[in-house]
Amino acid sequence: MTPREHTPSAAQLRRSAYRRRQSLRSVLIAAFSTAALGTLLVVAVTGAPGWDRVRQSFLDPEIGADALPAVLDGLWLNVRLLVCCAAGALLLGLVIAVLRTLRGPVFFPVRALAAGYTYTFRGLPLIIVLYLLTLGVPGLRLRGMPSVLVLGGLALVLTYGGYLAEVFRAGIESVHPSQLAAARSLGLTYRQTMRHVVLPQAVRRVAPPLLNDVVALQKDVGLVSLAGPIDAVRAAQIATAQSFNYTPYVVAGVLFVLLAIPLIAVTDWVTLRSARRQSGG
Amino acid sequence: MALLRCRGLRKEFAGHVVLDRLDLTVAEHRVVALIGASGSGKSTLLRCVNLLEEVDDGTIELDGEDISDPRVDADRVRRRIGMVFQAYNLFPHLSVLDNITLAPRRVHGRARAEAEAQARDLLDRVGLGAKAHAYPDALSGGQQQRVAIVRALANSPRLMLLDEVTSALDPELVGEVLTMIRDLKADGMTMVLATHEMGFAREVADEVCFLDAGRVVESGPPEQVLGEPTQARTRQFLRRIIEAGRL
Ligand SMILES: Nc1ncnc2c1ncn2[C@@H]1O[C@H](COP(=O)(O)OP(=O)(O)O)[C@@H](O)[C@H]1O
Ligand SMILES: [Mg+2]
Repeated sequence: MTPREHTPSAAQLRRSAYRRRQSLRSVLIAAFSTAALGTLLVVAVTGAPGWDRVRQSFLDPEIGADALPAVLDGLWLNVRLLVCCAAGALLLGLVIAVLRTLRGPVFFPVRALAAGYTYTFRGLPLIIVLYLLTLGVPGLRLRGMPSVLVLGGLALVLTYGGYLAEVFRAGIESVHPSQLAAARSLGLTYRQTMRHVVLPQAVRRVAPPLLNDVVALQKDVGLVSLAGPIDAVRAAQIATAQSFNYTPYVVAGVLFVLLAIPLIAVTDWVTLRSARRQSGG
Repeated sequence: MALLRCRGLRKEFAGHVVLDRLDLTVAEHRVVALIGASGSGKSTLLRCVNLLEEVDDGTIELDGEDISDPRVDADRVRRRIGMVFQAYNLFPHLSVLDNITLAPRRVHGRARAEAEAQARDLLDRVGLGAKAHAYPDALSGGQQQRVAIVRALANSPRLMLLDEVTSALDPELVGEVLTMIRDLKADGMTMVLATHEMGFAREVADEVCFLDAGRVVESGPPEQVLGEPTQARTRQFLRRIIEAGRL
């Protein structure tokens, strides 16, 4: 069936013309106000009385170029730590969240341990966990002790695992009980129901907050440098101490933002998609 | 022989008795309709039979096996019983095909290709072959409920439990689901269905049970229970149904 030929009425033509004029006007206003604000900012900053001093100590291109290789080296450590710790923390969080859903007296100790873990590590400041693991544990002088880097990564995984476990748990609890009833009525076991019905829906729903925590983790991985390993910020600090100039910090900051952009973009995209899916029914 | 035999079932929720010494027997290839006011215990009875709820007393026998014994493997029992819910309860993250093949593949260990071939065959039979790759939220209520029935059938159940499967549907979509149930009866499927569609109960059921406050107050052939009820409460219930224009 082809739709009937449609000629817009005069009223509709007037409405369309009005909307076109309005949208052209909004674009012009947006362009103008952006340009005005930008000019104002540049004039205010470069015209400030201390601008020359600030430019010398924060934006020295030569010192920035000198510091770049060391800062990049440090950043490579951040990246590797981020990937390993994010994977570890996501896995740990998921396991803890699932353990906390187990019912029945047999699982009481497991549930209690899992709950105790999330309470402890969400309450404990990351720096303290880091010091306890990287300074305290090596003090035991056990044989086969992992490196400080691994211990520092472990501190990050333990701390973030606690947060992520709560996010996963919220997702699991948001799946309606009728979904479980439907799965069980088909003969799926509790494990199969979790694996094929509950978790896929739960993870999809909480993907935005999960990724948000990964973005936060990206900034916190640098804290392992407190225990010795040299990350991007620590490398910048060393370079700053040598040159008495803060440009290396700016270099590190810019690199961090560049590193975060793809991650944040993915987070926004996932958020948008899940919002659309939910409003779409 | 009786496929399902419930004896003296009792179920309470926090002191509120929902099933009260309830007896129900369903012979193989027979269709039993449960009617009764909202809250009379129809859904609870079906959920107890499917072991989604634990009974507080009484026994449930399926094929002569006492399935209310806590030692039986509930997952194994549920594989022999198909259940369809009022709100369809399809898995929203899975396509129609994956909804249907989930149990055959994971529970019965069938190969993907084999399970999908069976699913497509069932879908074709109910005219939903073109929807195999659609997701539930892209289907109408009637289509979703038909997929839910196919999903339950894919387990080749001995017994089907249908809980007000047309209650959430727009009136013009009820027919397509009822047609499917008629076909199931023609194939000899044993069914227990809770329903508000009295006309359909009269047409398709071999026996109608009127539930009130968790007990079977009256049961018998549809003409008798719906046409010449002997119990005052049944008559009262049917009068209300007629007033609501549903008979
Ligand atoms: N999980 C539950 N917890 C508490 N009360 C329940 C639960 N399920 C059902 N009930 C109660 O049991 C009674 C019977 O409910 P139900 O079996 O759903 O009736 P019907 O399907 O006939 O409308 C109602 O009073 C309902 O509130
Ligand atoms: Mg009900």
